[in-house]
Amino acid sequence: MTTAAGKSLIGTRKPHLADSSFRVSLYVAGAVVVVVLASILLIMFMGGRQAFETFGLGFVWSTEWNPVTSVYGALPAITGTLITAFTAILIAWPIGFGIAFFLTEICPLSLRAPLGIAIELLAAIPSIVYGMWGFFVLAPFMADNVQPWLTELFAWLPPVGDSFFWFSAPPLGVGLMTASLVLAVMILPFIAATSRDVMLSTPQLLKDGAYAMGATRWETLTGVVIPAVRGSLFGAVFLGLGRALGETMAIVFVIGNATRMPDSLFAPSASIASVVANNFPEAEPGSIQLAVLLGLGFILFVVSFGVLALARLLLRQERMA
Amino acid sequence: MKTLAPHTKARHFRRQAIDMFMSGLCIAAAGIGLIMLALILWMLFSKGAAGLSLDVFTKPMSSTGTGGGLANAIVGSLIQVGIGSMIGAPLGMMVGVYLSEVGKNSRFASIVRFVNDILLSAPSVLIGLFVYQVAVAPFGSFSGIAGALALALLAMPVVARTTEDILRLVPQAYRDGAIALGSRENEVVRKVILPAAFGGILTGILLAVARIAGETAPLIFTSLGNTNWSTDLTKPMASLPIAIYRYAGSPSADLIQLAWTGALLITVGVLMLNVVSRISLAAMRRG
Repeated sequence: MTTAAGKSLIGTRKPHLADSSFRVSLYVAGAVVVVVLASILLIMFMGGRQAFETFGLGFVWSTEWNPVTSVYGALPAITGTLITAFTAILIAWPIGFGIAFFLTEICPLSLRAPLGIAIELLAAIPSIVYGMWGFFVLAPFMADNVQPWLTELFAWLPPVGDSFFWFSAPPLGVGLMTASLVLAVMILPFIAATSRDVMLSTPQLLKDGAYAMGATRWETLTGVVIPAVRGSLFGAVFLGLGRALGETMAIVFVIGNATRMPDSLFAPSASIASVVANNFPEAEPGSIQLAVLLGLGFILFVVSFGVLALARLLLRQERMA
Repeated sequence: MKTLAPHTKARHFRRQAIDMFMSGLCIAAAGIGLIMLALILWMLFSKGAAGLSLDVFTKPMSSTGTGGGLANAIVGSLIQVGIGSMIGAPLGMMVGVYLSEVGKNSRFASIVRFVNDILLSAPSVLIGLFVYQVAVAPFGSFSGIAGALALALLAMPVVARTTEDILRLVPQAYRDGAIALGSRENEVVRKVILPAAFGGILTGILLAVARIAGETAPLIFTSLGNTNWSTDLTKPMASLPIAIYRYAGSPSADLIQLAWTGALLITVGVLMLNVVSRISLAAMRRG
């Protein structure tokens, strides 16, 4: 029974009943994880099949959502999801990245752990609390102060055809823009914490080399750290995007819940997750409404699976986050 | 890396200025994050604390729209989070032990690790919809146990991930020593590795409890909520997040006040669990 140094000796002994049942139970636990994911996919697809069969491709591409005539097209919800998630990323990426750089190179050593925990606490606040903050505090503030100002500032921006007017819209408060801002605050800690861990994985020797040659902190970041971990830094952003796509409760509070194509960045809209949560109470078991919601769930699952899988592949070499 | 040109005074000044400017922006970014945290906490305390009274903890939710407390929602949350953790934590621990001690870098273990990481950030609304289809619709009734099941599915990947991370910190010599003394594989894990990593696994479980305690979306599809006292696991059950959700959207100022108070309670609980477990995890990582 000789093994190379550092190699585990586990599994080199003759099997014993207690050991094999121990192993089997662990394998079963591992299998449960895979089975759960596969069943979610399967159950959503089976449940949503009626919607896919009834509306065909129109389920994904149609802009009409009308519970009265039982016509359901998912494009308004998909559009709302994509606009809010990408706007949130656009806001949270630079800030999260800056926080990560601050926590790894600028912040005094003794403050790094407490400030890091403080940022991570933002991720621990329940999303319903973000929803209440967005609805009762941020939305009125946006309507009274920010949105009228933005409308004036961007008055010169030409509309896209006659269907999308950017910032020229009544300042309602609730809508795409407020939802994007709330989402940005919610995913900020994920992007910041993951980027920080990625930056910390750069070998200290490389950074010391750069400093020894007289590089500034910023030059070390752009010249040494970023080239070394570029892929993983993108992984951090995709992880945030995955979170943003599936966020539900906060969005339900602040997006305005109007399932139609948005005509401006202030427009009340809906996301896939908010449509599912909002319409669920009216969906009877076995009804087409429930099939539509499950079909929407299937679409959301496939999209967020893709984004999260990409994030994990990019992060895999260091296994961050 | 770019070669560094000979320093001239102007060039040196320009490089320093860029560094100062970008560092300033990063400090501002950190400031934004901290200000956000402070703003949200301040809002919660200023609006939630006003409604704190004994009634909140002793009276059930009212069905008339005025008065009443949150007692049944608090108890319902404790029950569902408790059962959810009791199912999700052992399962997650086993997955973590499998990944760290048995599967390691095998193909199946890599798949399990990958899938677990995906489940870790999967939209919780979909977990709720899934549990609705398998544990609510077939039985014809929303139930507390379905809510607990959904929470268990959310807790499992968190515990699995932290367990694996912590077990990897246990020195290889512990395993080899135990085997050299004649321990069986399951004895190595049960009597040496798990006790050595006990604190870390416990903090992982606390993090998972904190994560599921504030979850609202999955409960809409599973335990539904209930304004009456009910501890029957097969019936719809109240919970704090659902109570907050319903009351925050109500027109009654009394109920909105209760929603703020509930939000304060749940946030303080969740943040305290987080602070305690993160501080001890950080201490453990340092060794």
